[in-house]
Amino acid sequence: MVVTTSWYLTLAAVLFTMGAVGLLTRRNPLVMFMCVELMLNAVNLTFVSLGADLGDLSGQLAVFFVLVVAAAEVVVGLAIIVAITRRRQGATADDLSVLGG
Amino acid sequence: MLDAVWLVPALPLAGFLVLTFGGRRLREPIAGWLATGCMASSFVATLGVFLALVGRPSDDRRWVTTLFEWVPAGDLRVDAGFLVDPLSVTMCLFITGVGALIHLYSIGYMHGDDGYRRFFAYLNLFAFSMLVLVLGDNLLLTFLGWEGVGACSYLLISFWFTDEANATAGKKAFVTNRIGDWGFMVAIFLTFFTFGSIAYVDVLDTTAAGTVATSTATVIAVMLFVGAIGKSAQFPLYLWLPDAMAGPTPVSALIHAATMVTSGIYLLTRVNPIIADAADWVPTLIAWTGAGTALFAATIAVAQRDIKKVLAYSTISQLGYMFLAVGCGAYVAAVFHMVTHAFFKALLFLGSGSVIHGMNGDQDMAHYGGLRRFMPVTAGTFVVGWLAIAGVPPFAGFWSKDEILAFAWNESPLLWAVGLVTAVLTAFYMTRQVVLTFFGRGRFADPRPAEVEAAWEARLAEVDATVEAAKQTVAAETDNGQPAEGLEAAEQALAAARAEQATLRAAADVRPEPSGFALEAAPDVGPVADALPDEVAVRAEHHPHESPRSMTLPLVVLAALSVVGGLVQLPFSSTTKRLEHWLEPTLFHNEVHLTIGAGTLWILAVVAVLGGVVGIGVAVAAYAARRVDHRLFEQPVLADAWRLDRAVSRFMGGPGRAGFEAVARFDEAVVDGAVDGVATLVRKEAGLLRRFHNGLVRTYAVGIGVGAVGLVAWFLSRSSF
Repeated sequence: MVVTTSWYLTLAAVLFTMGAVGLLTRRNPLVMFMCVELMLNAVNLTFVSLGADLGDLSGQLAVFFVLVVAAAEVVVGLAIIVAITRRRQGATADDLSVLGG
Repeated sequence: MLDAVWLVPALPLAGFLVLTFGGRRLREPIAGWLATGCMASSFVATLGVFLALVGRPSDDRRWVTTLFEWVPAGDLRVDAGFLVDPLSVTMCLFITGVGALIHLYSIGYMHGDDGYRRFFAYLNLFAFSMLVLVLGDNLLLTFLGWEGVGACSYLLISFWFTDEANATAGKKAFVTNRIGDWGFMVAIFLTFFTFGSIAYVDVLDTTAAGTVATSTATVIAVMLFVGAIGKSAQFPLYLWLPDAMAGPTPVSALIHAATMVTSGIYLLTRVNPIIADAADWVPTLIAWTGAGTALFAATIAVAQRDIKKVLAYSTISQLGYMFLAVGCGAYVAAVFHMVTHAFFKALLFLGSGSVIHGMNGDQDMAHYGGLRRFMPVTAGTFVVGWLAIAGVPPFAGFWSKDEILAFAWNESPLLWAVGLVTAVLTAFYMTRQVVLTFFGRGRFADPRPAEVEAAWEARLAEVDATVEAAKQTVAAETDNGQPAEGLEAAEQALAAARAEQATLRAAADVRPEPSGFALEAAPDVGPVADALPDEVAVRAEHHPHESPRSMTLPLVVLAALSVVGGLVQLPFSSTTKRLEHWLEPTLFHNEVHLTIGAGTLWILAVVAVLGGVVGIGVAVAAYAARRVDHRLFEQPVLADAWRLDRAVSRFMGGPGRAGFEAVARFDEAVVDGAVDGVATLVRKEAGLLRRFHNGLVRTYAVGIGVGAVGLVAWFLSRSSF
């Protein structure tokens, strides 16, 4: 049985869908955050596998960009989540709608 | 020395800046001396420029100096520069000279006023603006000065702004002048479109070369004329000048007699090539407006009681003479009269200020009389001013007025006739003023008509009360019955009171109407003398006094100038017409030359002098000798300025106001409505869109997801597999 590129792509699609559904259904900000990470890594997987398949190095390069951005995002995002949780125990993402215009 | 011309306006400006920002240490009298010093230095600088200009050959007496580039905007390039030529230097000489004298006078006149420093700051600012007006080398710079003097005029008319009437008078002057300014601005625009430049040198040389279409020149000339009648208070825009007398008297002398109001004549003289190229009816319009205003204002001056109002209408009338001269092409005569008028009208105004000062602020001539004994210097100099304005030879006014009348005859005998009637009226009302103020019986201690009236009322009420009291005593005694002597005494008291009441009522019925001027004797207050208010007795204690030396010195200098001012332009031979030769380079040969013989000129002069003598004689007969009833001349309609002011107020208050309000409503409903409508529409739309922005992250995520799916679907549907 040969593991072809399409397997990786399928796995990526599944991971992405899980992340998207989790983001839409869960209210815990931490879980939502992990869902976002899941989606990002699904995209990374797509980049890598297609880059290998096509023999193009820019696919791998893009992953590094995504990783760097995701790291930065984690820093900011976690800080916000910590700040919210300190202020209000058990706060959900919906509670943040008070910040809306 | 010509390079130093910038000093002329710079010195008053420096004075203004120091006085405005100099702080409280600049108090009385330092502020006054500082301002006067600036004006005097400016006069000295002008003299230097004048001498330098005289030193040049007569065809080389036009010199432009550019200070800096003021408005470099595309094709429109305006430099801030000064045009030094005989006309502007002549104006500067009398502006700074008479101005310095009036500054000196103000030191005494404004003594003790709270706004002392502010007053002198404004005066200096005015002098600066006026000098910019006459020295500016282009229409825009002249306009800057034009607006500057307008603003200073406003500030100084309403100088004592705590009094509502003064503030209103200032506003009136400002608003009326706007109409004239509109004309001036349109003229500037048209000049730029026509010539591509608004510098006098370009515009006038091009026009003098005769390359401008008559229609264009006509429109520009008419618009400049509109500007001129606003600033120079000609019919129908004269309405502001009589009210402008609300300002301090030195202001009336400087701004509303000697300098600012002559800027209209200056402007028309400056642009004489444009008037020469305009249609023939334009000069005729100018001449008739001037002649009509001269006569109209003179008739009003005849019936005024306020000493300054007489002079105000007289100023309008004399400015009318100058317009008449400009319209007849007699620019030299116009400038000549402008100069002599500056001397004698400033003298008359300052003299009236001295009288008002001596009378503790009273301006009603009915309260004057016999003041020559109390203020000899003021009276002597005022008499000189009177003789000058009345056209008595050899005083200055005679020569200039005579020259204008000669040119009027040259143009049309009808214009001359109007001018002559005006001259007779001028002699009449000025004589009336002199007699009422300085001669005859001193009326300042007299009880005023209102006070006499009040005394009668009080006396009658008192007698009525006595009768009532006596009646009650009688009634009480009758009830009492005993003793009979008491009743008898009470009845006698009642009879006496009734008799007194009857006598007093009879006397009240036949008492003379209080007349405006008690020329012969003080009003008869016989039976009510004791009931007069206390003020009458207080007034009798007070005596008019002569003004301090800082006020009388300018009077003496101006009086001397009013005597000899005619020397600059004597009509006897070509060499004695100095002003004409001097101004020649600025007039581009547009000065009309008399076509009438020397014999006719002599006859005209004799007739004019006789007219003046008649005016003086009638006034003396009416007010000094009292052979004629003076009330004959003081018709209410004249005192009310032909009711024109009132009619304009009523029109502007009624239909005018309704019209403005209709415009305001249109603005509110249609213009504002359109703008507000757009805003409301946007806000409603935004309210709908706002619902999507609910702050729930998941909703946004769904939006993004649906959007991404939609985009992918769109790409897929478009791509051809």
